[in-house]
Formats: sequence, C-alpha cells, structure tokens
Amino acid sequence: MIGAQKEELIIKIILWIVSLISVSSFFVIFLYMFINGSRVISLEFLTTAPNPIFWTGGIFPQIIGSLYLVALCTVIAAPLGILTAIYLSEYAVDNLITKIARFFIVTLAGIPTIVIGLFGLAFLAYRLNLGISLFSAGVALSFLTIPWTITVSEEAMRAVPKEYREAALALGATRWQTTWHIVLKTAAPWIMTGILLGIGKALGETTIPLMCGGSGLETFIPRSLFEPVGSLPVYTFIFATQGNVSSAYDRAFGGSLVLILMFLLISVSSLIIRNRYQKKMRT
Amino acid sequence: MVNLEGKGGMKREGQRSLLEKAIEIILFVGALSSIIIVFLIIAYMSLEAYPALNLDFLLGWFWDPKKEMFGIFQIIVSTLYVGVGAILITTAIGVPTAIFLAEFCPRNVRNVIKPSIELLVGIPTIVLGFFGLMVVIPFIRDNFGGWGTSVLAGWMILAIMSLPHVISISEDALRAVPNSYKEAALALGATRWQTVKKVLLPYAKTGILASVLLALGRVMGETMAVTMVIGNPRVAWIPTSILDRAKVLTSTILLDWSYVEIPSMHYHSLFGIGLVLFFIVALIDVTATYMVKRGVIK
Amino acid sequence: MKQISTKNCTHDDLMVNDAKIDVRKLNVWFGDNHVLKDINLKIREKTVTAIMGPSGCGKTTLIRSINRMNDLINGSRTLGEVYIDGYNIYERNTNVYELRRKIGMVFQKPNPFPKSIYENVAFGPKIHKMARGKELDDIVEKSLKEAALWDEVKDRLHNSAFSLSGGQQQRLCIARALAVKPEIILMDEPCSSLDPTATARIEALLRRLSEKYTVVIVTHNLQQAARVSDFTAFLYMGKLVEYGDTKRVFENPQSELTEKYITGEFG
Repeated sequence: MIGAQKEELIIKIILWIVSLISVSSFFVIFLYMFINGSRVISLEFLTTAPNPIFWTGGIFPQIIGSLYLVALCTVIAAPLGILTAIYLSEYAVDNLITKIARFFIVTLAGIPTIVIGLFGLAFLAYRLNLGISLFSAGVALSFLTIPWTITVSEEAMRAVPKEYREAALALGATRWQTTWHIVLKTAAPWIMTGILLGIGKALGETTIPLMCGGSGLETFIPRSLFEPVGSLPVYTFIFATQGNVSSAYDRAFGGSLVLILMFLLISVSSLIIRNRYQKKMRT
Repeated sequence: MVNLEGKGGMKREGQRSLLEKAIEIILFVGALSSIIIVFLIIAYMSLEAYPALNLDFLLGWFWDPKKEMFGIFQIIVSTLYVGVGAILITTAIGVPTAIFLAEFCPRNVRNVIKPSIELLVGIPTIVLGFFGLMVVIPFIRDNFGGWGTSVLAGWMILAIMSLPHVISISEDALRAVPNSYKEAALALGATRWQTVKKVLLPYAKTGILASVLLALGRVMGETMAVTMVIGNPRVAWIPTSILDRAKVLTSTILLDWSYVEIPSMHYHSLFGIGLVLFFIVALIDVTATYMVKRGVIK
Repeated sequence: MKQISTKNCTHDDLMVNDAKIDVRKLNVWFGDNHVLKDINLKIREKTVTAIMGPSGCGKTTLIRSINRMNDLINGSRTLGEVYIDGYNIYERNTNVYELRRKIGMVFQKPNPFPKSIYENVAFGPKIHKMARGKELDDIVEKSLKEAALWDEVKDRLHNSAFSLSGGQQQRLCIARALAVKPEIILMDEPCSSLDPTATARIEALLRRLSEKYTVVIVTHNLQQAARVSDFTAFLYMGKLVEYGDTKRVFENPQSELTEKYITGEFG
C-alpha cells in the first residue's frame, strides 16, 4: 500500500509523460513535414504545373483547384447550413419535424467520406452526367461541411441571449427582423468561425476530390465547372503512392507542407476571430 | 388614441406577415436539405447495391474479385480489429492527456495546448497517411520485420488521427463537472488524483465514452490515412498478427474501384460495402450523440 | 402627484368606461399550469399602476399578456379579453407587431442590444420604417432626452451600449421603447438589478413619463409601489386580490391577504 501523496506524485509523472507523447506526436509530424517540405518549396514549385510523366514540376493548378473546390463547397454549404440553423434555432418549436431533421443532421455528419465520394462518383458524375468535375466534387464536398455548418451556426445562435430577442419582439419587430438584425448580427463572428473550420475540413479532404474531382495530376486550371480539377490532397496522395521515385516523394512533401500551411492559416484565423468575439462579449 | 382600423392599424397583418410566411417556408425547405441529402445517398446506394445484398455477401467468408467471390465478413472483422485497436490506443493516451489538461496542467500551458488540439481535429488525414508511409512503415519493417504495411501501422496512424478528438471532448466533459463537487472533495483532504478518480471521472464518464465512440466511428470511416498504411491484400483475410496486412471496408472501395467493371457483381458489392459502412458508422454516431444528450441532462 | 378624482376608490369604483387598458376575465395557462385566473382589471390613461405580489403570483404574465408576449412561450394558452382603447387585442386578426409598437416594454434586467447607443434607440423606428436620416437623429435625441439620458451620452452616441452603467443601460432601454412612440409602457421590475441611486433616478423618470404615457409597473418592492404608483393591484396565486388607489390599498387594505403581504408576513 502506497501513501496517497506518493500515489499522487506517480500519477502526475505518468500524466506528464503521456501528455508529452500525445502532444509531441503532432509536433514531430509537423516538424518532419516542414523539414522535408521546405527543401522542395520554391517559387517555381508554387507557380508551375506538374509534369506527370517524369513526376516533376510544380503544384500551381492544384493550389488554384483546391481553392476553387473549397469556394464552390462553401457557396453551397454556408447558405444551406445557416438557413437550417436559423430554422432550428429561431423558428421550429421542438416538434417531430425538428427531431427528424436533427437525427438526419447527425447521420449526415457521420457518413464516411468514401461513401460520399462513391455517391458523388456514381450519382453526380455518372448518373447525372456531371462528369468527374469541379462541380461534382464541390457538391459532394458540401455534403461533408453542411452538417458542420449547421451545428456551429445553431450553437452560435442559441448562445445569443434570449433577452435580446425579447427586447426586439417587444418593440414590434417580426420574427425575421429579430433574427436578421439581432440574432444573426450578434452570432455572425461565431458562424464565420464555423464556416472557416468547414473550409479547413473541405480543404484537407482527399477521398471525395479523388473519386469525383480528378486525378490530381491536372496540368491545367479548370475553365468551367464541368472540367476535372486538381487538388493538393489528391496530388499528394498520387505522388506519394504512385510515383515511387525520389522526385515524386519530394513533391508529395511539398504538397503536404503547402496543404498544412493553408490549413493552419484558415484554422488560426478562425481561432483569432473566436477569441476576439469572446472578448467582445465579455465587456 | 390607438388606431384600430385601416392601414397600419391593429387589424390586418398585411404585407409584413406575408413576407414572414414566405421566409418561414424558405427556411423550412432549407432545413429539409439534410434530410433530402441523406435520403438521396441511402436511396441511390441501396439501388446500386441491391443486386449484391444477400446473406452470401454479408456473411460470406471470401472476398476475391478474380474468383467472383464477394463475401465481406472477413473485411468487416478486419475493420473492427483495426478500428477498435486504434481506439484503445487513443483512449489509453487521450484520456490521461485530457485529465492532465483539465486538472494538472499549469493554466498558461493549457491555454496554448487546448486550442492547438482543437485545431488538430481537422488536420488533413492525407498528411498523416503520408507520414505513416514515409516513417512508420519503414520503422516497423526495419524493427519488427514483415512488410511494414500492417495492422500496427494502421493502429498508430488512426490513433494519432483520432487523438485530438478524444482529448478535446473528454477534456470538455471533465471541465463540465461543477466546481462545487471538486471543492467538496478537496476540502475533505482528498488529493487531486483522488478527486479525479472518485469525483471527476464518474461524473464525466458518459462524455468520455461518447467521445471514444465518436472517434471509433470516425476511425472506421476513415479512408485515406488507413489505405496508405494498411497493406490492402487483394484477397481479404482476418489478420492473425499485428504485423499482418489487412483489408478494411473503406480501402476496399477505394482500391477496388480502380479496376471494377461496370456493371458487375463486383461493382454492386462495392456499393453494398458502402451501405454496410454507412450503417455501422451511423449506428455508432447516433448512439454516441444520444448518450451525450442524455448525459448532459443527467 | 397627479390629480385623481377618486381619492379613496376601491376596485369597483375603478370599473369605469374610459379605461385605457381593460382586462376582462383573463385566464392564462402554461401547459397544465393555470397561471392567471379570471383577472378583471381596468387601467386608466396616463397613470402609473403598480402590480405587486409574491414571486410566482403571475404579475409578469399579466403584463406580458397586455402586449401578447405570452404568445411567444411554448404551450401558453390565453382565454379572455384585453381591450386597449376599446379594441380586443386577442381578436384573431390583430396586428401584433403594431400592437407591440404601441406598447413599450422594459425588462427586469437591462437588455440593450450589442450595438451602439444610437443604434439601440434607432432600432425600433428603423424596423417600423418610421424615419431615416436627420429625422431619425431627432427621434433618437428626443427619446434619450425623455429618458433623461441624453446629457450623459450625447458625446458618445456611437459607443457600445455595454459601456454604460446598469442604471444608464436601463434608461437606454426606456429610450429605446419610447422611440417607437408608444402609448403604454410596461415595466417588469425595472429596478430589481439596480443600486439605490440608479433606482431613484428611474423612479423619478417614471413619474414624469406618466404625464404622457400610461405606465404599468410590476414590482415586488412595496416601498417602490407606494412611492411611484397611482393605483396598485395585488396579485396572489394567479388571482387579483385587491385593486385600488395606492394610498387606500396601503393604508386600508380590504383583503386580509393584502394586509399580511404589506405588513411583511409573507412574500
């Protein structure tokens, strides 16, 4: 039997060590990618198209393609997600329809990306004849971020104090005026945070653009919604698994690092917005 | 005097309420979008999977497209094997980290680590898969033998992937314990660890379990990271050692898709796998979500 | 004090025909909970009427039924009539938005919007399209003056409303309600979260407002009811127990319950 004090000390040491392992695992991965990726990244790498025959070249079309994909996905997901959130938070009483809707939102959030990808490929691209294209991939990606946008937006709106709504309604504002002028304005920064995190999610998603967007080796920027689109994650996947030459691995490192940097940029800015908002709410 | 009749009076709701009605309908239609999307996905997947859905598919032992054998039982078992193993590792590392962050960590350190971990929840899995391919696989091959691509590699990469998730939600659950409970225990002379063991963990149990379940759903549905490190033999088998290669549901769809003939039983079976995967993950997710809800009310 | 002809009137004496607000046989349920039971109450124009009673007696529900704010509560049901200038507001095609514009409301806790001082006051006129530009500025200024806040905020109209003190915030909420040109002002324990100095200012303001508006104030503070109101209604367990001239209610309560409440035996 060891004393409580001693036990406490041992536990503390164990917790420190385990925590150090879990936190440092990410640090190690990032460091590894930075070291290997930074050797590859150059202006030329960022501004030229890949050469799929010799596994050389740059990632310019993939960067632009990723941005296109994320933009299309957000254009679809943000309005739909916010509309749903408004309905659930401001309009619907807790009735059967709301309960069903919530159940399906949870379900949609859990659908594995491979299933969305398969659906996008077979239904959007083949059945609806939209082709392996920017459009098919963008729509399929929005299925991934819609539930996310709903959840975050609804949380943000529910966090708006009930007193604001009452004050507006008592002044004779309609439900929509209250929602638009008071609830949405107050919750906007938080909703923005949610949309940014959704963008980060869509940006890093590989399976969906791989299955219904394009091969990742595109040497061109799509000129219409219905052309295939290259993207950074798919590029990285293809170069990492199909190349088998050192120039291919190098480029996969480069692609990874650019992807990480873009992801961090988006996530950190969302954190900054959130912190500012929290500070503002306190004063 | 209050104006009772006519324009702008108390009577007649007029244009304003018409607009209100229109907006409500638009919002309602918007709210239906998720339901429609899920229905569309399930309906189309079922339609394409229908020819393959039978007991031979679900309980069939062998998956070998070349021999026209499409039984996914071994693939399901492998998926559970890989998923549950990874989650056990995650839990073993993630929950102590959450306890550390919630209770033992200096405040300023926590204020840096917690947001970083929340941020890592969305880390692109391709990066983790690539790291596994370049570092973990050679490491296993050189030190433990075998191909390198293995269940063990899958466990490690998936554990890293789901770690931020488990840490973040478990820590929230631990911090949701009312301070008065904690202080009551500390005031009785309990050490911090005793307080954690006797007060915090029992209270946060549901939340932690839910986070672990949610992570299990994510891990079993993950494609990219796992495909890159798991080995994917063409013929499915249940791995007998952790250094064995394995074939999981997600990687089967992704890799078999590249050489499938349309239409064929192979093609329909891939949709069948998608459907099975969908239902397994949905079941886990819905369970976890309702657990959280019930837990919060309690 | 204002001139009131019926100095020592009782409930029945107040059943006059020229009431601004006339509540008849009002019943309100929240789910199975019968909150208001057969309330009859006539409130005169340009007076201050206090509604008091122990917590949970239905005072807040009563004033919220005057501008139909109870409609917003899930599972609420209202039976009976509330006439305002002779018009039953529970009639089917009542325009509730217009109704709520004509009846200002001030809440228990100051609840300014997270906007600037100016935007707070301008919110109502804007959504009702009452004014814009210079005209709107005038409304804002006039309302703030009426709420005795103008001098304190005129140089920082575009600062956040949260930069004001609690008492100032409550006066801002009053100005916000005045900006849409109401005729009736409902106040739900407006001073319960304020310190004595801020309370005194609001009470002084209240007296002045009653020259122009019909004020109904809910309070559980007896002294406050005695200080500011012309008439007092005492509510107990959803029933109107006593109603009449404030002085009379306090000095010569007719109901035993009222007497007990006033002497502090419960509450």
